[in-house]
Amino acid sequence: MAMLRHTPAEITVDRTALTINPAKTCQPVGAMYAALGIHGCMPHSHGSQGCCAYHRSALTRHYKEPVTAATSSFTEGSSVFGGQANLLTAIQNIFSVYEPEVVAVHTTCLSETIGDDMTQIVEKARSEGKVPAGKHVIYCNTPSYVGSHVTGYSNMVQGMVKNLAKSSGAKNGKVNVIPGFCEPSDMAEIKRLAKLMGADVTMFPDTSGVMDAPLTGKYEMFPKGGATVEEIMSSGDAVGTIALGQWATAAPAKYLDAEFKVPCEIMGLPFGIEDTDAYIMALSKMSGKPVPASIDFERGQVVDVLSDYSQYFYGKRVALAGDPDQIIGLTKFLVELDMVPAYIVSGTPGNKLEKAIREITKDVPAEVKFKCPGDMFLLHQWIKQEPVDLLIGNSYMKYIARDEDIPLIRHGFPIVDRFGHSMFPTVGYKGALRLMEKILDALLTRRDRDASETEFELVY
Amino acid sequence: MDAPITDKVAPAIDPEEVKKELLAKYPPKVGRKRSQQIFIKENEGPEDREVLSNVRTVPGIVTMRGCTYAGCKGVILGPTRDIVNITHGPIGCGFYSWLTRRNQTDASAPGAENYIPYAFSTDMQDEDIIFGGEKKLKRAIQEAYDLFKPKAIAIFSTCPVGLIGDDVHAVAREMKALLGINIFGFSCEGYKGVSQSAGHHIANNKIFTEVIGTSDTPNRTGKYNINMLGEYNIGGDAFEIERILDKCGITVNATFSGNSTYNDFASAQMADLSCVMCHRSINYVADMMETKYGIPWIKVNFIGAHATAKSLRRIAAHFGDPELIAKVEEVIAEEMPLVEEALAKIKPRTTGKTAMLFVGGSRAHHYQELFAELGMTTLAAGYEFAHRDDYEGRHVIPTIKIDADSRNIEELHVEADPERYSPRMSEEDMKAREAAGWKYKEYEGLVPDMAPKTMIIDDLNQYEADKLIEMYKPDIFCAGIKEKYSVQKMGVPLKQLHSYDYGGPYAGFRGAVNYYKDIDRMVNTKVWSKVKAPWAADGPELTACYVAG
Repeated sequence: MAMLRHTPAEITVDRTALTINPAKTCQPVGAMYAALGIHGCMPHSHGSQGCCAYHRSALTRHYKEPVTAATSSFTEGSSVFGGQANLLTAIQNIFSVYEPEVVAVHTTCLSETIGDDMTQIVEKARSEGKVPAGKHVIYCNTPSYVGSHVTGYSNMVQGMVKNLAKSSGAKNGKVNVIPGFCEPSDMAEIKRLAKLMGADVTMFPDTSGVMDAPLTGKYEMFPKGGATVEEIMSSGDAVGTIALGQWATAAPAKYLDAEFKVPCEIMGLPFGIEDTDAYIMALSKMSGKPVPASIDFERGQVVDVLSDYSQYFYGKRVALAGDPDQIIGLTKFLVELDMVPAYIVSGTPGNKLEKAIREITKDVPAEVKFKCPGDMFLLHQWIKQEPVDLLIGNSYMKYIARDEDIPLIRHGFPIVDRFGHSMFPTVGYKGALRLMEKILDALLTRRDRDASETEFELVY
Repeated sequence: MDAPITDKVAPAIDPEEVKKELLAKYPPKVGRKRSQQIFIKENEGPEDREVLSNVRTVPGIVTMRGCTYAGCKGVILGPTRDIVNITHGPIGCGFYSWLTRRNQTDASAPGAENYIPYAFSTDMQDEDIIFGGEKKLKRAIQEAYDLFKPKAIAIFSTCPVGLIGDDVHAVAREMKALLGINIFGFSCEGYKGVSQSAGHHIANNKIFTEVIGTSDTPNRTGKYNINMLGEYNIGGDAFEIERILDKCGITVNATFSGNSTYNDFASAQMADLSCVMCHRSINYVADMMETKYGIPWIKVNFIGAHATAKSLRRIAAHFGDPELIAKVEEVIAEEMPLVEEALAKIKPRTTGKTAMLFVGGSRAHHYQELFAELGMTTLAAGYEFAHRDDYEGRHVIPTIKIDADSRNIEELHVEADPERYSPRMSEEDMKAREAAGWKYKEYEGLVPDMAPKTMIIDDLNQYEADKLIEMYKPDIFCAGIKEKYSVQKMGVPLKQLHSYDYGGPYAGFRGAVNYYKDIDRMVNTKVWSKVKAPWAADGPELTACYVAG
């Protein structure tokens, strides 16, 4: 009996109002995740406490790590009279009880709808002495009825530079790297590549060391990792900014450019060979450092494996659901592997994504179906019409995988039923190797399972 | 096996000192409020002191609580498999309540509907917030109907829906008339109450007014028909309870709301007895079922082998049929050896260990039975969203002050149904039984069952949890997903009692055995002994001296 037994193959209802099985979630969870990438930061959700509970639970289930965040705990009164009193109390309580370096406030659909003015409330908190000396409150607007969790991430990173970045008038020789919505393992890999390059980078946000912290016998509410407030402040003095992911990072990078004359290069998250090459080139250009042999070595390994296994990738059809920056990077990589990204949906609204996907897939010798904003119900209907060889998406895709008997590679947010995503990167050359390993494992395990005794092979 | 558990051990630390320490860091106003929510048990049995509860969470204090929508859609309606549940609002709420509460269901019957793996949302955009979302909601209902032709559609309001004034009830009425299926809405905006509890109440009220009593043909029927109220089938608990009851010859007409179907609710008025598991989430439904249909109710607890035996005997005693009473004894005698065999192996490995429980509205009470069976002591317990009666017992209900937040939640005025009211017991019979010590409509609360010197804390927060663990170093801590990993970073295993850490069932006899095994593993696994590396500073000092040869 099918788990998704009510999903028909034929598309008979033109849905304009009902989203079924969304391929996105709301802004504040992205803002909360970005805020955790600042060292000593307490994220704060300005709204009713359910939002905060849901976002903490979602992030905790994904990372299996503590996710501490405070809430304004609105009740009916605050919804009618405004949330100023709640936020002022909250700021004072957070600093006295938890002693963070910075409180990062994001709004919710509730506080946005009643029109709470963050600038004014936070200014009031400062002027009333509720923010201790040397401590900070930053904020951003994250109405849940605009964009998606990716937009929320972008808005919080924008909040970091708007509230903290400064310019001393002199360049500090460093390069800002702003990673998009990706795993702590990916952030660590992006940093490792910069280190191999010998480039002096400031990366923010940086959830590595925070969302993959060790078990030590002591609970650190603020683990050692994360970008420091000082680092983010100095981003205005950098020689340039590399922004990895249009959707999640372009806005803060452009802000630094416009405000402090820090030139920026906005590119894709470094999935696969071509986009990692582009990241390395940008690092080299901005830092003035030549590319070392160790990077040539890593890159060459990826090309080598691809040449060894090309026949198993070639022409295989894949269905993908996820976030724009991730989808773009993955689609590009699948095309590099000669695979066919047959069906793609993303819940994050905006028409730029379709253009990007069409450009990437223009030479793919097969039809590529795309919908944005689209949902997993539609993706499943397409799969029922003509199956694919592989699914790539978050844990919610496992229901489609089970019903249609198609292997699934878990990628994106949230992954709640497996680990690895926060420990092993999928970006950079190392990440490309890992993705290739996962894809081959899935395809060849299926082949082994389905092969007759006469066809069963030992060597691939 | 029905004997009360008497070997409770009082903790060695002075709880007054702990309380002082918990409060020390708070600003004065916060400290004053929290001090009324922290209660130290002084004597055995019930106590005549008030536990401040069901009051607002302090802004900025990292709380374990969720919201009204979570209680309504996530907890109560989530487990029903054949209702299309549409969240009206931006995408987040619908997304987060999608498959995160382990609502196991058995939809294996041919043609059975099962919408649990689907998330339906109107995914409101800014133009819907500005111009109103009612039209989009109507279209969404029509689209859901065209696609699935379900028996019923429920609509859940999220925060912004309440603010912009979308009338989900009017939309529901209009679409019900148009489509001819039952469509009903819930005003369960997240900000409506101080915790999930408000959402449970809103959900149950609506099921009571819109669904219960609309069908006279239950899916199952037998000689002894009961409803199981406040059981949500996490990890398959309801399946195990039903297995045992079936074996005894007792028929479960409806479980509210684990593994439930629309028709189970619709014909729930046909049962002869309501059995209440989670008192907090559903006590008012039990009362309303009695007033409207004449169904008496008793409190039961199927968490723990002793508790299960006791509850079975209580149900059998209510029906009073010697044949049933004998059958129940036979089932207990048959099931207990399995439990005793498991305990004989495991209890020596768990005896003397300590636990803390901070979950839900009844679980922090019920699970102490299982720990007691394992020879473990509960040092502290409390609830996320309880009201005073859950701590102090139902006798305090008339004295609970109605504040502004409680006033938001509709109290239904219920009268006897002119057609369907049929008292299962005469008033004299009920009075006579009560005089003989039978307990109907009774729940004594958590406080009487706690040992002297234990701590009872309402709405525990992150800071206090850290302090409690630091000071008491319990062998196991029970809470939810948000608390799990901060506790485990301290080297203390955390048992999730909302999701069971994806184990279970823990109810009934087989469930008790599962729990014993899981707790044994959690408190005895080698992982906690590996927290400190051999070269760590507080380990034995490593010295080496190489002498050149």
